[in-house]
Amino acid sequence: MENKDISQGPLWEVFIQGNPGIPHKHAGSLHAADAEMALQAARDTYTRRNEGTSIWVIPSAQITASSPEDNGAFFEPANNKPYRHPTFYKVPDGVKYL
Amino acid sequence: MTTLDKAKYELCLRLGDNALIMGHRLAEWCGHGPYLEEDIALTNISLDYIGLAGNLLGYAAQIQNNGKNEDHLAYLRNEFEYKNALITEQPNGDFAQTMVRQFLVDTFSYYFYKELCNSADDMLKGIAEKAVKEEEYHLRHSTEWMYRLGDGTRESNERAQNALNDLWMFTGDIFDMPQGYHELESAKVAPEISKVKQSWETKVKEVMQIACLKIPENAYMQKGSLTGAHTEHLGYILTEMQYVQRAFPNSEW
Repeated sequence: MENKDISQGPLWEVFIQGNPGIPHKHAGSLHAADAEMALQAARDTYTRRNEGTSIWVIPSAQITASSPEDNGAFFEPANNKPYRHPTFYKVPDGVKYL
Repeated sequence: MTTLDKAKYELCLRLGDNALIMGHRLAEWCGHGPYLEEDIALTNISLDYIGLAGNLLGYAAQIQNNGKNEDHLAYLRNEFEYKNALITEQPNGDFAQTMVRQFLVDTFSYYFYKELCNSADDMLKGIAEKAVKEEEYHLRHSTEWMYRLGDGTRESNERAQNALNDLWMFTGDIFDMPQGYHELESAKVAPEISKVKQSWETKVKEVMQIACLKIPENAYMQKGSLTGAHTEHLGYILTEMQYVQRAFPNSEW
């Protein structure tokens, strides 16, 4: 879905890494004229309360998403294969962010 | 009060008032920014400046040591007692005017506080170390806008150039320092202002060139902020800022 309102610039998706070593998580989206301005706006909008150690910004238009109609073909075959789930292991104490 | 303390007090007022008035001007954008993200950025920077003002005026009150605090200094002084540089009180105008003003002030703040990190005064050193991290970001923000406005469309270039032409006459006043400043320089309490000015000139020249903006030549420089000769705008700012304290004296919340 492309944003047609050019007065605010294109839409960007913001990903924040909360702590070193853990994956970047989607935080939200914002408008900005270009990548550098998007990065600065992300800093102001999403990291004011010490949330992050790293920021990624990605043009929303560059993201290809699956659609709800795909859900059957994409996700259902996994439902009846419980052996694919790592539920037979015990997570050792002290492992965070799993 | 020793003469050195007196000079420190005057410096804290100068820097604190710069920060307070700058913060107030930016706060006027709250809810009026060109779009949501920039609205947040401007008020964010505003809060940084107001926080800095609190630190500096608090230290001034501590040096003065007569039972008054930073709120007395902020809310109960009149225009002629305010020491902020003339550029900080200039109106927001259009977005280009706000950003050009911001860039010129941020550049000064960044280099001044960077140097102030070496202060022989522990309190000023501490305040500077906190401020310089914020200033680095402020400067990055306003610098990026200089490039985009100056080297953007014909209209954005025209607006930024007009702003630079209008504001340039107030840039000399930024480097006027209060009485006793030389003593602070020799005691290594405050940075050599000539050095700060040199860094400021180099940076401004460099950015304006990339931004396709022309710095006015041989311009008249208006001064007077330290002797109370402010432009008409400061009175309106204080009227609004001090209203509650003046209307309901000693109120607390």
